Amino acid sequence: MTTALEVARRVVDPELPMLTLDDLGVLREVVEDGAAVRVTITPTYTGCPALAMMRDDLVHALHDHGYAEVRVAVALDPPWSSDWITERGRRALADHGISPPGPARRVDGPVVLDLAPTRRAVRCPRCGSSATELTSEFGSTACKALYRCTACLEPFDHVKEI
Amino acid sequence: MHDDDHQSVYDGLTGGDESRWAFGAGLEAPDDALAGVGAPVPVGVDPHALATYCLMLGDDALVHSHRLSQWCSNAPDLEEDIALANVALDLLGQARLLLARAAVVDPGVVPVLPAGSPVPDEDALAFFRDAAEFRNVRLVEGENGDFAVTVARMLLFATHRLAVLQRLTASADPVLAAIAAKGVKEVAYHRDHAARWCVTLALGTEESRRRVVAGLERVWPFRDELSRTTPVEATAAAQGFGVDPGSVSDEVEAVLDQVLAASGLERPALPPVGEVAGGAGRDGRHTEAMGLLLAEMQVVARAHPLGRW
Ligand SMILES: [Zn+2]
Repeated sequence: MTTALEVARRVVDPELPMLTLDDLGVLREVVEDGAAVRVTITPTYTGCPALAMMRDDLVHALHDHGYAEVRVAVALDPPWSSDWITERGRRALADHGISPPGPARRVDGPVVLDLAPTRRAVRCPRCGSSATELTSEFGSTACKALYRCTACLEPFDHVKEI
Repeated sequence: MHDDDHQSVYDGLTGGDESRWAFGAGLEAPDDALAGVGAPVPVGVDPHALATYCLMLGDDALVHSHRLSQWCSNAPDLEEDIALANVALDLLGQARLLLARAAVVDPGVVPVLPAGSPVPDEDALAFFRDAAEFRNVRLVEGENGDFAVTVARMLLFATHRLAVLQRLTASADPVLAAIAAKGVKEVAYHRDHAARWCVTLALGTEESRRRVVAGLERVWPFRDELSRTTPVEATAAAQGFGVDPGSVSDEVEAVLDQVLAASGLERPALPPVGEVAGGAGRDGRHTEAMGLLLAEMQVVARAHPLGRW
């Protein structure tokens, strides 16, 4: 029989379906007790509208595999970091035209004001060129910034470091 | 996946499943703790003061979020439209958790709705309170004005909120601490975004500079209220669950000086706005703009308190 953990690990993110919730670092814990399962997830951003969909998808997947009682708890602490995206998740993002995040900035003491456009070593996920420029720090979802490749001229998303 | 579950995205809205009611599908299914906001009130913390403090922080975020969302489809360009909507969404998420926490620790703050209403507590607080019950500072409720006014307001608000949230990560209330830890990451982006726009507008054309100067002058007199310590905030600081807003002033001023210096702008020499009937926003004394804002924000929910039509 497939374990609850194995089932939960296969559920994908509703907004980044090339990624499982596990690869995104959103799936925090799966505790199995007979036919009952308790799953803990964490939101990427506080206002993440996909959270309810993630919960429903987890519940449906586990029900389909015979787990009668499924509870999904949402934990805020510790806060999600883009550093939690797995290596496999990063490759899946890049394979689908989305630039994976670099290391998150460490917050130690007051967050230093940054007046210059955020500098990242971002490569175009299509042509691999490092000739890329930031279009906007805010993109199609809360977790993405918008970039443009000046070599192949294509726009692309970059998952932000938080 | 059950195909029949996803046949129509509207199925859940009118059915008996309360977790998908019309004003916000999501986390309020009874057995799903809303991000753990139900944690017990720590020993030594006054529940009513904690609830009121959560309302202050939550209402600031909710009202500012509403003003920012009014830019949707009206911003100077598409990228900025998306940026302001993202900032509004982050703040709405913070507001939701803060209002939900307020309702858990002191149910007495939640408006009473007709029997059978599926409206969750945080929505009841957002949509069924009158202006006098809102605890937000007046800075966030004013009309948007032009884009430069919004930039100036976002700069003052986010700079202050970031400093408060950073300290709040050490709150004696584990829920506030967790909300703050997530909020710091989000609001750091908001502040830097506003600061960059301030510099861009100030160093742009004569017209953009004139507008950002006017924008700063418009919101500057409301700044005082952010750092004035109310009795509730004094209690919050004394009991270790909140932050005395006066204690972040030095940090806030230093950041603002840095932005103004990079912009080649002077601090506006304007006195703070006065009180209304012996109080300010934190006491529920608001400007005329607040009533109009709430009328727009609340009209649908108030017309349908049972969440059905
Ligand atoms: Zn390219």
